[in-house]
Amino acid sequence: MESTSKGVTGMNEWPLWEVFIRSQHGLAHKHVGSLHAPDAEMAIKNARDVYTRRNEGVSIWAVRSSDIVASSPGDKEPMFEPASSKVYRHPTFFPMPDEVKHI
Amino acid sequence: MYAQMVDTGAKKLRSVEEMTPEERAFQARVDADIKIEPKDWMPEAYRKTLIRQISQHAHSEIVGMLPEGNWITRAPTLQRKAILMAKVQDEAGHGLYLYCAAETLGVSRDQMVADLHSGKAKYSSIFNYPTLTWADIGAIGWLVDGAAIMNQIPLCRCSFGPYSRAMIRVCKEESFHQRQGFDIMIKLCRGTPEQKAMAQDALDRWWWPSLMMFGPPDASSVHSAQSAQWKIKILSNDELRQRFIDQTVPQADFLGIRMPDPDLKWNAERGHYDFGAIDWNELYEVVKGNGPCNRERLRARVDAWNDGAWVREAALAHAEKRAAREAKAA
Repeated sequence: MESTSKGVTGMNEWPLWEVFIRSQHGLAHKHVGSLHAPDAEMAIKNARDVYTRRNEGVSIWAVRSSDIVASSPGDKEPMFEPASSKVYRHPTFFPMPDEVKHI
Repeated sequence: MYAQMVDTGAKKLRSVEEMTPEERAFQARVDADIKIEPKDWMPEAYRKTLIRQISQHAHSEIVGMLPEGNWITRAPTLQRKAILMAKVQDEAGHGLYLYCAAETLGVSRDQMVADLHSGKAKYSSIFNYPTLTWADIGAIGWLVDGAAIMNQIPLCRCSFGPYSRAMIRVCKEESFHQRQGFDIMIKLCRGTPEQKAMAQDALDRWWWPSLMMFGPPDASSVHSAQSAQWKIKILSNDELRQRFIDQTVPQADFLGIRMPDPDLKWNAERGHYDFGAIDWNELYEVVKGNGPCNRERLRARVDAWNDGAWVREAALAHAEKRAAREAKAA
């Protein structure tokens, strides 16, 4: 996510922002992509132009990419594997008799 | 196509036995259609090839604004002007989606721009042709965006997550581009004889360069084989080209204009159109920088970058000043 910031003109690049959009249907904000902007205000304005040209959303979040904390791909197994053996967390684990309704 | 003749650095395709354990695990994930994400381990050649391919694709979107931008002030009606502006704005957006996808691989935006400006990075050959009449705007939407869709739809399934997601977004928007182009062609072909002649003239000039967009035959290319193994190229250049021809010829028939190819005819046995020989020398010349507009296109990009430098610097200085003021007040 982080890019090297040394520019060709010797100038710093604008920082990178991650953009999240909430669509009209009341769902949660969803990551749609990233963009460069000098500050938060411009990040929102640029996000509007880059990611909502066709009514894709009613709300925008912009977060500096450097502020995002992510799990590491190397930790995938210790992080997520414990859940896969706990099949009883899903309702389908419990077969219900046919004559029992509304459950 | 939007990325043509991408070098993978491969001399020959390596067998599973020749791969390191990491490479083998990587290839197994690709084979199982599991997306590769930026922080996952990947072979250095895969990373470099993708940077080349995605940045070339991004540069094509950005340079591609120039031939069409040429007609914004001269669009025949206010509505056509608004539509063309929306299309050109989309191209800018597509360039930005793609630059961001490439940046996840560790290359900076400024580096990519510098490589375009120095001539190290390429963009599609098609944008080195001039837009001489309004009909060219129709032909570009119909043919060039049509060819782009043909290439980009399979890329939605490519192995690299950020590239695949960018392609999905782009494809959602691209269909509008092709239709607005065909709509211009319909209008011209149903107009006066002079207008129809303009449409035919545009087809005459754009047909062969559009077929060249897919790149030279690559069935025996080691780079294409490597890219196919990595699933960053899904179909061969010739397959894509044939599909494009097969879908486009009936559309020209509908318009009542003809492809400038005397050898073009339906082959019932193959179930495809046969077509004449493509002048690959022309493509190689354009890629080398000797097309009709190469120098003009690159100069326009370099000028825009240099002329915009003060805006980029001022915006950053303003942001820093405000941040410093807020820090002081806090």
